[in-house]
Amino acid sequence: MTNWETIIGLEIHAQLLTESKMFCSCSTKFGAKPNTNICPVCTGQPGVLPVTNKKAIALAIKTAIILNCKIEKTSIFARKNYFYPDLPKDFQISQYELPLAVNGFIDIEVEGVKKRIGITRVHLEEDAGKLVHKGSARIMGAGESLVDYNRTGTPLMEIVTEPDIRSSLEAKVFMETLQHLLQFIGVCDAKMEEGSLRCDANISIRPEGANKFGTKTEVKNMNSFRAVAKALEAEEKRHKEVLQEGGKIIQETRFFDDIAETTIGMRSKESAHDYRYFPEPDLVPIEPEHAWIEEIKKTIVELPTKKAERFEKDFELSKADAEFLTSTPAIADFFENCAKHYSKPKIAANWIMGDLAAYLNANNLTIDKIDFSPLKLAEMLGLIDKGTISGKIAKIVLAEILKTGKNVQDIIKDLGLTQISDESEINNIIDEIINNNPKQVAEFKSGKDPVIMFLVGQVMKASKGRVKPDMAQELLRRALS
Amino acid sequence: MKIDVEHIARLARLGLTEQEKKLYGDQLSRILGHAEELNKLKTDNVAPTTHAIPMKNVFREDKAIPCEDTEAILRNAPAEESNMFLVPRIIE
Repeated sequence: MTNWETIIGLEIHAQLLTESKMFCSCSTKFGAKPNTNICPVCTGQPGVLPVTNKKAIALAIKTAIILNCKIEKTSIFARKNYFYPDLPKDFQISQYELPLAVNGFIDIEVEGVKKRIGITRVHLEEDAGKLVHKGSARIMGAGESLVDYNRTGTPLMEIVTEPDIRSSLEAKVFMETLQHLLQFIGVCDAKMEEGSLRCDANISIRPEGANKFGTKTEVKNMNSFRAVAKALEAEEKRHKEVLQEGGKIIQETRFFDDIAETTIGMRSKESAHDYRYFPEPDLVPIEPEHAWIEEIKKTIVELPTKKAERFEKDFELSKADAEFLTSTPAIADFFENCAKHYSKPKIAANWIMGDLAAYLNANNLTIDKIDFSPLKLAEMLGLIDKGTISGKIAKIVLAEILKTGKNVQDIIKDLGLTQISDESEINNIIDEIINNNPKQVAEFKSGKDPVIMFLVGQVMKASKGRVKPDMAQELLRRALS
Repeated sequence: MKIDVEHIARLARLGLTEQEKKLYGDQLSRILGHAEELNKLKTDNVAPTTHAIPMKNVFREDKAIPCEDTEAILRNAPAEESNMFLVPRIIE
């Protein structure tokens, strides 16, 4: 039996985080009433002129820099001509010859092994409209379709990889790594499920050791990381089966059915693509000046991999902790600021990854969107160390800070949460517990030592956790001896 | 120069009669023939011109300004439903 090698190249589309469209001033805001964010330019009315959004170019340059690309001295826009209902102008403004940037790479880590994936090019283009298919969730069974042009003209960045990917898992890890990078530098919110990050794949297989590529197919409709892995697994399997039975792979576009987890050949009316690209006559060339590129470079934050390595080393954290704390720039900043004001970084990390992360998840919030500062966390952790509050009470304090935004000290005072360290006050509580639990007291006195923990629990409950458990135990034993 | 008029017409979604195919085929041949004249020039050391005017980097700031009359655009729809353009079946 032949051993096959799988060859995958990805074509990624990322919506850029701009306020307005690529070539007109319509809003890019998601969720507006259909066909309200449209204008004569993005719907291709006669006589209109597109003008390039400067921020879109800046965001693409920023991406090109972190993808280690060469930014071309001159790049131009081109018209890609085809007919499709989501494309009102009957051409898409894209880049063909002379893209914005070329020849980069990303390093990924798959099951502990580092691998470099080449980036062929990064270019800019405009998004198409959105189709809603009537009578079916999918285009296949639909009778008529409805078109909303709000998305038409939204800035899209296309990133094309070299055919360097060798498995569906590598493809998935590549997409996750890219998503993290794009989110980290703030160019794209990169949510595959929402369509702000999309990916098509070219896949082929060849006998191991062969030089020539096999015939490739293009797989579309992968709307999650899981779908990327599943679709490419299914397509790889199909290629093997066809070739092993002596058949031939036909070069075609295939649609991933994420319920059946198979790919289906698409027979589109738009066959035999002949896009007749030509330079867009209405847009002049882009020649990014050196000073502008340098200015953009300065806006780039320390990248996640590097930051995680530094956190591991400087704060003596595990790799998993460091990776969690560098999942977004906001979390990383929060942790680092907190560590500046509190000397035990691992403790701070635990609180951020535990109670704080749980609160953020439960409320669907991000760390930069809440009224809570790294300084407040540092202050609260300091109070635990000083014995003013217990770790258990701190959980209550944190929840209250997150709810009200109040100061740490105020909350402790308002809720009467300071630890009781006055022995006579604790003894009063202990006396009450002893009186109320004669059965357990008798058991303890007859030699059942573990019963002490029940009594400690009662003291903790009665004091609302304001007594240190070891102190409660000590005073209880003294009272019962 | 030989032109595949039918292919070009199909790409442009134009239905042509036999007479028109001949007419436009001849016209396109002559236009391209004229452009071919340029091949006689030696252009090895000349960068391709993409634009006739010497301009670069014309940008606008990223600011959203709503369009005043989106209804007028929607009125161009041959058929409309729920504020959307209604189009016939896309995939056969």
